[in-house]
Amino acid sequence: MSKQLTQRIGFTLFSLSIFITLLFLFIIIYFITIRGIKVISWEFLTQPPRQAMTEGGVAPAIIGTLYLTLGAVIFSFPLGIACAIYLNEYSPKNYIVNIIRLSVNNLAGVPSVVFGLFGLAVFVKYFGFGVSILSGSLTLGILVLPVIISASQEALLAVPQVLREASLALGATKWQTIRRIVLPSALPGILTGLILSIGRVAGETAPILFTAAVFYLKGYPKSIFSEVMALPYHIYALMTEGIHPDKQTAIAYGCCLILLFLVLLISLTAVIIRQRQRRFYG
Amino acid sequence: MLRFKENLYRWIFTIIAFASLVFLLGIVIVLFKEALPIFKKVKVLEFIFGKYWYPTYQPPEFGIFPLIMASLWVSIGAMLVCIPLGVGSALYLNELASPRQKAILKPLIEILASIPSVVYGFFGMVVLAPFLQNLFNLPTGLCALTASITLGIMAIPTVCSIAEDALSYVPNSFREASFALGANRWETLIKVVIPSAGSGISTAVILGMSRAIGETMTVLMVAGGAAVIPKSFFDPVRPMTSAIAAEMGETSIGSDHFHALFAIALILFLITFLFNIIAEFISRRYRLKLGLNI
Amino acid sequence: MDKKTIITKEKSEYVCCSEDIIKIKAQDINFFYGKLHVLKNINLDILANKITAIIGPSGCGKTTFIRLLNRMHELIPNVTLTGKIYLDGQDILSSCVDPVEIRRRIGMVFQKPNPFPKSIFKNISYGLEINGIKNKEFIEERVIESLKKAALWEEVKDRLYDSALKLSGGQQQRLCIARALVVKPEVLLFDEPCASLDPISTRKIEELILELKKDYTIVIVTHNMQQAARVSDYTGFFLMGELIEFDKTKKIFEAPTDPRTEDYITGKFG
Repeated sequence: MSKQLTQRIGFTLFSLSIFITLLFLFIIIYFITIRGIKVISWEFLTQPPRQAMTEGGVAPAIIGTLYLTLGAVIFSFPLGIACAIYLNEYSPKNYIVNIIRLSVNNLAGVPSVVFGLFGLAVFVKYFGFGVSILSGSLTLGILVLPVIISASQEALLAVPQVLREASLALGATKWQTIRRIVLPSALPGILTGLILSIGRVAGETAPILFTAAVFYLKGYPKSIFSEVMALPYHIYALMTEGIHPDKQTAIAYGCCLILLFLVLLISLTAVIIRQRQRRFYG
Repeated sequence: MLRFKENLYRWIFTIIAFASLVFLLGIVIVLFKEALPIFKKVKVLEFIFGKYWYPTYQPPEFGIFPLIMASLWVSIGAMLVCIPLGVGSALYLNELASPRQKAILKPLIEILASIPSVVYGFFGMVVLAPFLQNLFNLPTGLCALTASITLGIMAIPTVCSIAEDALSYVPNSFREASFALGANRWETLIKVVIPSAGSGISTAVILGMSRAIGETMTVLMVAGGAAVIPKSFFDPVRPMTSAIAAEMGETSIGSDHFHALFAIALILFLITFLFNIIAEFISRRYRLKLGLNI
Repeated sequence: MDKKTIITKEKSEYVCCSEDIIKIKAQDINFFYGKLHVLKNINLDILANKITAIIGPSGCGKTTFIRLLNRMHELIPNVTLTGKIYLDGQDILSSCVDPVEIRRRIGMVFQKPNPFPKSIFKNISYGLEINGIKNKEFIEERVIESLKKAALWEEVKDRLYDSALKLSGGQQQRLCIARALVVKPEVLLFDEPCASLDPISTRKIEELILELKKDYTIVIVTHNMQQAARVSDYTGFFLMGELIEFDKTKKIFEAPTDPRTEDYITGKFG
């Protein structure tokens, strides 16, 4: 077979790969949008469910997801960024720190259901918070902590060492250098990591299965110690519990659409930030 | 005064960092603590290789081999989908895509990556499963095949982005040298670039597999749920993650079933941790080999 | 304030000349990267308001040495330094001296220009901000003064708030010089400042350095011997971590005492 022909076939296969991949993406988005949009209405977005989950809206689930995400963010962002700053700027550069860095990176790849179990054992039972927004937020926060630490560390690492040297050579202290030179430079990377973590937290189900989420909540959550409805869990529950599969499937489509929309918005924000950063550095 | 502030900041960061690390260490500790009790009732080998998972029977049986097999089948099936598509896409992006195309395609693939797993599970349940059921005339579309395909699609972005990174690390000078010797683009790719990026691509595969094994919601909704050793891809199966997610809600805290599920979680944790470490190790040696800074 | 007469030199002992004031004195400096003995028994005087050049082949320790003077070596893990460095008679290596203080009195310009990813103005005002200066007019005044001293004002006066990264290599280096000047240091250390610049920018910076001599003590590391000959008053020749010879530039280049110096000067190696 001639070289030219082999090349043509090979390259066609590559193009086919990416075409099929994108096809999958569009098929998923297509189905969810077409069938989901039928259910979306103002009522859907703002009203609680009625009639055994077959009518009304999913507002409590949306609110619940918001609360859980907020809680996870409040817990994990400051902790994660500070940890990354310590690991990258303050800690001695010996191999113990390297091992810590490795372990943190690898924890980011641990299955989310493991975090769910951890949350169950520690927050729900040991600390006695019960199935609540608090337990769920903390569990989600710990889920996403390694991701934030990793992403922030990479962003800090990417700041050229010569900038730190230039700052210190001018007589700046270490903290001044971090605050005025390193952090601003690393900010786009850190922000991207944070934003993607938000997306992750909003869409996770396994960690909240045993720690926060319920299928039905009367009204809205009253405190951080109460159970909560959440969009991802709601989708799962609609498909596996309840007695009206047709209507519930339709509602599930609607929830998927909302989740998809949220996630898309978040990804877009991250992409825009990265583009703007590239433009500034020219 | 300034020196005092400086030291204060240093201490604040140190304490916060250690607090975070304590939490993360806590995960490992808790897993062990809650998992070990089951091994007083069941020997480790019996647990791992036992063929019968009947945790709710009297007396209960705690053999997770069917669960492990299920995870394995589903993951390997997923690999069959995501490796060709993921690596192929990476090769397209690296070799054939114009910068403009790349700027659009890469974010699109990232979007695929950020779709929540429950949405994939849902899609698998309501679109893919009925489709496959009709296509192959199956009693149910919720089986290992459906799970494999859905998981495979989920893992494509992981494999693609890591493989693409690996390919982009191959220095241009390698390509130029090959062209200068008269090779065309295809030959250069196959004989020079891909072998050089080999370790990086292995990393992508390993991490993709790690992702597939650890996925919970998708397999929970799509794999079917039968804790039986699969004999074909059309069998419904219950991978380890589904077992935990499905059964935890029904067990009482502190019961044997509870501890058994934690033991499964521990094993899962160790497997994925191991995979990730291997991947990290390979990728370091890869960068060293190419002469890049770590 | 020491005044000394000429002392005949043994291989590594210090030399200085009458009528001159010693600004920095390096005494019995030994420096190790881990176990590697990188600087051996260095004794050297840097004289006030003079330009001292440090020359030598690659790897001889000249950059390592200059970085000791403002304690930048402390940024590297696993290093050991013995000996003393005096700035105006005060031991700057002692642990009760804050390196931050030293670095405000001794400024540094690096081999590759390293402006911060900020505007031109902010790059320079940075030095003032970290010293707690907040008065906007004062900052503006000093920024303009530094830019003028660094011979960059004319070229950037219309775009002070543009990103510094958009300047050319030579302009960026002059920006780094202006940045170092704004805190009014007493000593300026130049670590091969023209290594990555074209000949025209190099010449501009050499002229600038000659101008700065009036107000500052200058130490310049260079691998370019002609540059050392053009610009400096005193020259020290380093080889394999040792200070082989230190004397007035004229003497080093016209009648070096040590044969190794002569070999290096005449291009037999390096």
